Amino acid sequence: MSLLDMIGPVMIGPSSSHTAGACRLGLVAHHLLGEPPHRAVIGLHASFAKTGRGHGTHLALVAGLLGYRPDDPRLPRASLEAEAAGLTVEFRDVDLGDVHPNTAHIDLHGAEQAVTVQGSSTGGGVIRVTEVQGLGVNLSGASPTLLLRYADAVGMIARIASTVAADGVNIATLTCTREARGGQALLAIELDAPLSPEALAFLNRWPDMNWVRPLPKLMDG
Amino acid sequence: MTTLEDLMNAPAPASAWVLAQDCAETGLDPGAVCAEMARRIGEMRASIERGLKTDAKSITGMVGWNAKGLWDAPDVLGASLLKRVQAYAMAVNEENARMGRIVAAPTAGSAGTIPGALLGVADHLGLPDERLVDPLILAAGVGKAISKRMFISGAAGGCQAEIGSSAAMAAAAVTELLGGSPRACVHAASLALMNTIGLVCDPVGGYVEVPCVSRNAFFAVHAVSAAQLALAQLESFIPPDEVVMAMASVGRLMPAELRETAEGGLAQTPTGLAVTAHMEGRVEGELPGGMIELPVV
Repeated sequence: MSLLDMIGPVMIGPSSSHTAGACRLGLVAHHLLGEPPHRAVIGLHASFAKTGRGHGTHLALVAGLLGYRPDDPRLPRASLEAEAAGLTVEFRDVDLGDVHPNTAHIDLHGAEQAVTVQGSSTGGGVIRVTEVQGLGVNLSGASPTLLLRYADAVGMIARIASTVAADGVNIATLTCTREARGGQALLAIELDAPLSPEALAFLNRWPDMNWVRPLPKLMDG
Repeated sequence: MTTLEDLMNAPAPASAWVLAQDCAETGLDPGAVCAEMARRIGEMRASIERGLKTDAKSITGMVGWNAKGLWDAPDVLGASLLKRVQAYAMAVNEENARMGRIVAAPTAGSAGTIPGALLGVADHLGLPDERLVDPLILAAGVGKAISKRMFISGAAGGCQAEIGSSAAMAAAAVTELLGGSPRACVHAASLALMNTIGLVCDPVGGYVEVPCVSRNAFFAVHAVSAAQLALAQLESFIPPDEVVMAMASVGRLMPAELRETAEGGLAQTPTGLAVTAHMEGRVEGELPGGMIELPVV
């Protein structure tokens, strides 16, 4: 949390947790999909479901899915913009269990790809992404982040880390979750700077790599 | 971990120390942070100007004309500073309530307190906006120190955590603007926070409108008042970090009904319940305060 997150974000009202944070959760899904979104199913939990509509939470989530940041003047008319962009969004009230009251589960589809993201808006526009593609993560969007999905095997993390190092980028945090030994693994790496397009392309070419997504820094500080 | 105690004992000006600490932690460039803060002061000023000119209704229609109404009204107390600070604060929160662009400081619900107090005092004294960058950095540093111990949202700890934090941040900023020492700045923050403890978050209908808009006006004045006390060398009897811990402990004791759920306080008055019923579409027709229909999402 930096000074610019404390005085900020510059945003469209009315609620930093229900609007700016919701927009950033939508942005995570937007970037992870990596292509224009066609259809979204958004599950709203607790406070998001109860008081979201009047706070513009629905609009902010859709704005994020379209790639708008929390201060984008198009945010209040995001539902019309979505219609124009060919994105249909369905909202559902859901019970996601013992999670933060401001939590959304986003299921986003494009022409080729699909992504699921679950995350919470914890106040002041700060977010915490807790699940990507059904696997646990712990991301704040405060740094550029790299997400990779592959079949668990000996040495994968070391090979990925050395590719990142060869690109001249420092790793801040690294979290790996896997379904089972030898099953699908999700590696989330928070970085000090974004990875170069060449390094991303190199990682994408690995035969055992299923999915590589760069997430830009979403916070201001 | 930076505490208010560290901040209080930092070399003057406190803002320079805050900036150096934060940039060392985040790797951001100090010049870039200052430039961005200057831009945010511009955003605060723009939201004040828009808010003072319009009486357009908010999303629900519960607020929207308060800032302009006060700004255009006679100065009955002969206290132009008071009126200015209140009008600025309400202008920002009404902009927020009508889906306008604002700077969350630290949250959107408390966005008017810092601009009300800081820009209000600066304009009253004829000080240029360039002078506000350092005080705003200090405000952020105070907010950061509070947020290490307590979430700053009403949902986490009631309005004391939200507007209490913004009032503390604003009090420190105004104190530095007026030449206060780091010690005076932190005591101003502590005095402001100490007198916010126990404040519940009870938004009518669940909207950031009532009592949020007028509450920002009150707490902007509260912050200026704390700065005045601290500049006269008055101090918080309870050490500042202990005040933060007390606020956090009260927040944890507070029932969920009083933490932004609209299940207690003003939200549960007969009028509050009527607003909720209308917003949920259970009641048709005219509503308290002449509310308008919600835009369809």
